[in-house]
Amino acid sequence: MPLIEIRDLVVDFDTGKRVVRALHGIDLALERGESLGLVGESGCGKSVTWLAALGLLGPRARVQGDVRLEGMPLLGADARQLERVRGRRIAMIFQDPTSSLNPVHRIGTQLAEALVLHRGMNDRSAWTEARRLLDRVGIANAAQRLNDYPHQLSGGMNQRVMIAMALAGEPDVLIADEPTTALDATIQAQILDLLRSLRDDGGMALVLISHDLGVVAENCQRIAVMYCGRIVETATVADLFAHPAHPYTRGLLAALPEMEGPVRRLEPIPGSVPEPWNLPPGCAFEPRCLHARGECRTSMPTPRRVAAGHSAACVRFGALVSDQAPQGTRLREVA
Amino acid sequence: METGLETAGSAGVSPAHDAGGTPALPGKTPLLEADNIRRHFRVRRSGWFGASATLKAVDGVSFQVAPGRTLSLVGESGCGKSTTARLALGLLPLSGGAVRFAGEPVGATYDAAWRLQRQRLQLVFQDTMGALDRRIAVGRQIIEPLEIHGIGSPAEQRAQGMALLDAVGLKPHVFDRYPHELSGGQRQRVVLARALILKPQLIACDEPIAALDVSIQAQVINLLIDLQERFNVAYLFISHDLKVVRQISHAVAVMYLGRIVEHGTPDRLFRQPEHPYTRALVSAIPVASPARARQRLLLSGDPPNPVDVPTGCAFHTRCPVAMPACRTQTPELRALPDGHRVACHLAHGDAGLPATEAA
Amino acid sequence: MIRYLSTKSLRALLTIIFVVTFAFAILRLSGDPALLIMSADAPPEAIEAFRRAWGLDQPIWEQYLRYFLNIFEGTLGRSMRDGRPALDLVLERVPQTLAITVPAFLVKLAIGIPAGIYAALHRNSFGDRALMVASVAGHAVPSFVLGLILVLIFAVRLNWLPSGGSDTWRHAILPVVTLGAAGAAVIARFTRSAMLEVLGQPYVRAAMAKGVPWHRVVWRHALPNAAIPTVTVIGFMVGTLIAGAVVVESVFSWPGVGRMLVVAVANRDLAIVQCILLLVAACMVTANFTVDLLYGWIDPRLRTSGGSNRST
Repeated sequence: MPLIEIRDLVVDFDTGKRVVRALHGIDLALERGESLGLVGESGCGKSVTWLAALGLLGPRARVQGDVRLEGMPLLGADARQLERVRGRRIAMIFQDPTSSLNPVHRIGTQLAEALVLHRGMNDRSAWTEARRLLDRVGIANAAQRLNDYPHQLSGGMNQRVMIAMALAGEPDVLIADEPTTALDATIQAQILDLLRSLRDDGGMALVLISHDLGVVAENCQRIAVMYCGRIVETATVADLFAHPAHPYTRGLLAALPEMEGPVRRLEPIPGSVPEPWNLPPGCAFEPRCLHARGECRTSMPTPRRVAAGHSAACVRFGALVSDQAPQGTRLREVA
Repeated sequence: METGLETAGSAGVSPAHDAGGTPALPGKTPLLEADNIRRHFRVRRSGWFGASATLKAVDGVSFQVAPGRTLSLVGESGCGKSTTARLALGLLPLSGGAVRFAGEPVGATYDAAWRLQRQRLQLVFQDTMGALDRRIAVGRQIIEPLEIHGIGSPAEQRAQGMALLDAVGLKPHVFDRYPHELSGGQRQRVVLARALILKPQLIACDEPIAALDVSIQAQVINLLIDLQERFNVAYLFISHDLKVVRQISHAVAVMYLGRIVEHGTPDRLFRQPEHPYTRALVSAIPVASPARARQRLLLSGDPPNPVDVPTGCAFHTRCPVAMPACRTQTPELRALPDGHRVACHLAHGDAGLPATEAA
Repeated sequence: MIRYLSTKSLRALLTIIFVVTFAFAILRLSGDPALLIMSADAPPEAIEAFRRAWGLDQPIWEQYLRYFLNIFEGTLGRSMRDGRPALDLVLERVPQTLAITVPAFLVKLAIGIPAGIYAALHRNSFGDRALMVASVAGHAVPSFVLGLILVLIFAVRLNWLPSGGSDTWRHAILPVVTLGAAGAAVIARFTRSAMLEVLGQPYVRAAMAKGVPWHRVVWRHALPNAAIPTVTVIGFMVGTLIAGAVVVESVFSWPGVGRMLVVAVANRDLAIVQCILLLVAACMVTANFTVDLLYGWIDPRLRTSGGSNRST
C-alpha cells in the first residue's frame, strides 16, 4: 500500500461570481521514503493538490475524490483526525518562510508548540528539544535563536526554522511547497542541501513542489508534471529528462536556458496558459501544442503508459518520443 | 572574441590599478559609462540610542555599456544591482563618482536636459501591473510618450504604436485592451513597446522576467534579443537568474555588497569563474539534467548586513578559501592576463600571499 | 528608544499647545464674554469693570501670554461666571462623567470584540450579516437620535427607566447603553476586519498545517495579531472617556463634563472651556502614548531594541 494515495481529486473554488475548477481529477501515489517532484507553472494546481489533501483550502473550496494515508481516508475526516495527521504524519513548509512564522511569537515558542502537540512533551523538555532541532537544521547559536522573533532572522534562517518545526512531529512525509523560491541562489542551495541530508538520514518521504525543473531534477526520484489542473506526465527523473513524452514537458525543457555548451536560441512554448475558467474543450495544452491534431481538440487524453513507471496524457506521444529533442539555432559559440 | 563591450575602472580604487584594463577603442565610445559611482544611505541602527550609520548600497562601481550591447549586473538581493541601475539612469542622486551617457553627464537633476535624456534612457522592471495605468488602453499608453513630446500627427503616432505592437509580437487588437485583460507576458511586451517608442539607445531592465511563468520567460528573452538586433538598443540587464543572464549578455558583472567582484564575458565567467563568490553562485544553479549534476560549492550563512560590511574583502566571512590577508586588505577589481577582471587576492596570486588552490 | 520617547513627548506637547491656542483664538474672536455673561443691556460701566477684572481690556496677545503662564504655574484661571478656580469646577464633574463613560467603555469591549471575532470566524453566515447590519446601524445612527429613541421606548412607553437626571444608578442605564452601542459597533467592525485580515495570513495556514487545533489557532495565533489594529481604536476610545459624552450628557441631562462644556462655550467662559480642552487633549495624548507602548508590547517587530542581531 502506498503511503499516500490520491484518486480523482477534484477541487472547485467558489469565487462568488462563478465556480472555477482548479483540479480536474488528480491521481497520484507516494511511496514511503520516496522523493516526488511536482512541477508546473503558477496556477497549475500543484500546491492546491496538497492543501486539499490536508483540508487546508478553507470554506470556499469544494473538494471531491479520495485521499488516503495508509488506507485512512483524509477527505471528509473530522477536524480531530486531521489535526493528528497534520504536522504529525504529513508536515508542510511554504514558499515565504518569514510570513509563515507568526510574527508575535518567539521562534522557540512556535517550535515548542509543535513538540507539545505531537510528542506530548512538557514545556521545559520541549524547549530543550527545540534547541536540538535548530542545531539539526544547521542554525548556529540555537539557544539564543530560540528567543528571537521571526523578523530578526533572515529568510534562509526562517526556512530552516520552518523545517525544524516540520521535523518536530517526526512526520512520514514533508511537503515542501516552493521552499526556496523566495530565497537567494546561495541560500537556496543551502536549504536544498539540508532537505537532502534530512531525507538521507530520516527515511522521510519528500514532496517537492516547484516551478523550477532544475530544483526537482536534483532533489527527486520521480516527477509529476502538471498543467491546468491535471497531471500530464509522470516518470522517474532520469526517464523524464532523457525521454520526455508530453509536448508540454518537452516544451518546458526546450524553453530553459542552459548553463553549459553553446548558447542557443530558446524554443519557447507559444501562447500562454489558459485561464482556469476558459479551458479548451479537449486537451488543455492543445492550443499551444505544435503536434496537436483534430482528436486533441475534442477529448481530454487519459494517461497512457510510455514505459514502466512512465506515463503521459497525450495521444500523440508515440510519434514524438522517437524524435530528437528540438535543437535551437546557435546564437553564440563558446570560446 | 568580439564582445563590443569594454569595461574600465575598478571597484573604488585608484586608477593606478587599472593598468590591465582594455582601453576603450577609438571610435567605439561607450554609450553609458559609470565611473566609480557610489550611493550611500543614512540609516538608523536599532537599539536604545539609535545612532545612525551609513549603508553603502553602491560603493565604487565602474562599468561601460557599448551601443547595442548588453551588460548584466548579477548578485543576490541587497548587493546593490538595482541601485546601480537607478544611479546609471539618473533616477537617484549619486553620492560620488560620475555617469556619462553618450558623452553627456547623467545626474538626478530633473531639469530640461534630464527630461530630454529620458527619451534615450528607459527603464523596464518586474511589476508590469504597476508600470501600466489600469484605466487607460495599452495602445494609448504606448504612444503617450509621443503625445507628450509632440512627435508626429495622431495618425502617425497610432501607426507607430501599431508597428511597435507588431515588433513585440502582439496582435493589433491588443491596442485597445486594458492592462488587466492581458497576461503578465503580454503586459511585459506592452511595457517594452512603450519603452521603445522614443527610439531609446539604452533600456535598463530590472528583473524583467522574474515575475513571468517559465514557458513565457523564454518568449520574452527571445524578444529582448530580437529587439536589440532590430533597434540596436543597449541593455543594462539586472537579474538574479544566471541562466537568463548567460543567454542574453555580452558582458556580466557580479556584485557583492555594493561592489563588482568579477567582470567578464558570460562564456568565460560562467565556464571558469575566478571569484569564490561567483563559483558559489554558478554552482548553486540547479541543473535540469540529472546526468550532469555537478559538485556544489556551498557557502555558509547569509550575506552580511550591508550596514556592517566586513573589512578587507567583504566576502571573506563566507569564503571557503579566505586567507588571513583577506581580512584586512580589500582586493581590487583587476584584469587577469586574458582581460577577465576579478577582485580576489587568490585569483591574482597576490605577492606575499600564499597561493592556495581554491576549492 | 530614548529618541523615540522624546520625539513622542515633544509631539504630544506641541499638540496640547496647538489645541489650547486654537480654542483661545476661536472663543475670543467669536464673541465677547463680558456681553454674554453680563447680558448686553447691563450698564456700560459694569461691563467695563468686568472686562478690567478679567483682563479682557488688555491686548489680545497679552491675554494669551498670561493664560499660558498660568498653565505653567499650575493655575488654569477662574470661571468668569462664579469666580471659582476652573480646575476645581471641572474636576468636580469628572466623576459624574466617568460614571457613565467607564461602564459604556466596558460595554463596548464586552460586546464589540466578541461580536467582531464571531463575525470573522463565521464570515458570510447569517450571524455575520446580522451583526454587520447592526454594526452599520449603530455606527450610522447619531447618538442623540438613538438616545431619544431609547427614551421614547423605555422611559415614555414602557416607563421602566427615568428619561434624564442623575439621581440613581437607574438614571445611568440609558446613557450607558446609548454610548456603548455606537462604540461597540465601531469595535466590532474593526475587530472583524482585523481578524479576517489575519486569518488570511500565511502563518495561520502554516499553524494549521502544523496540526494546531482550530481554537488554538484562533486564540494563540490569530488574536494577538488582530489585536494590533484593534488596540488603536480602543486607545482612541480611552482618550474620550473624559469628554466623549457631550451629546449624550445633553440628551439625558447628565451633569458631567460634556454638558459643562456646552454651557461654558455658550457663555464664552474661557477658563472653563480651556480647562476642559486641556484635560481632553491630555487624555488623548496619554491614550495615544499608551497605545504606542502597547504596540511595542504586542508586536515585537516594533520593538527597536533587544534580541540578537540578524547575522550568522
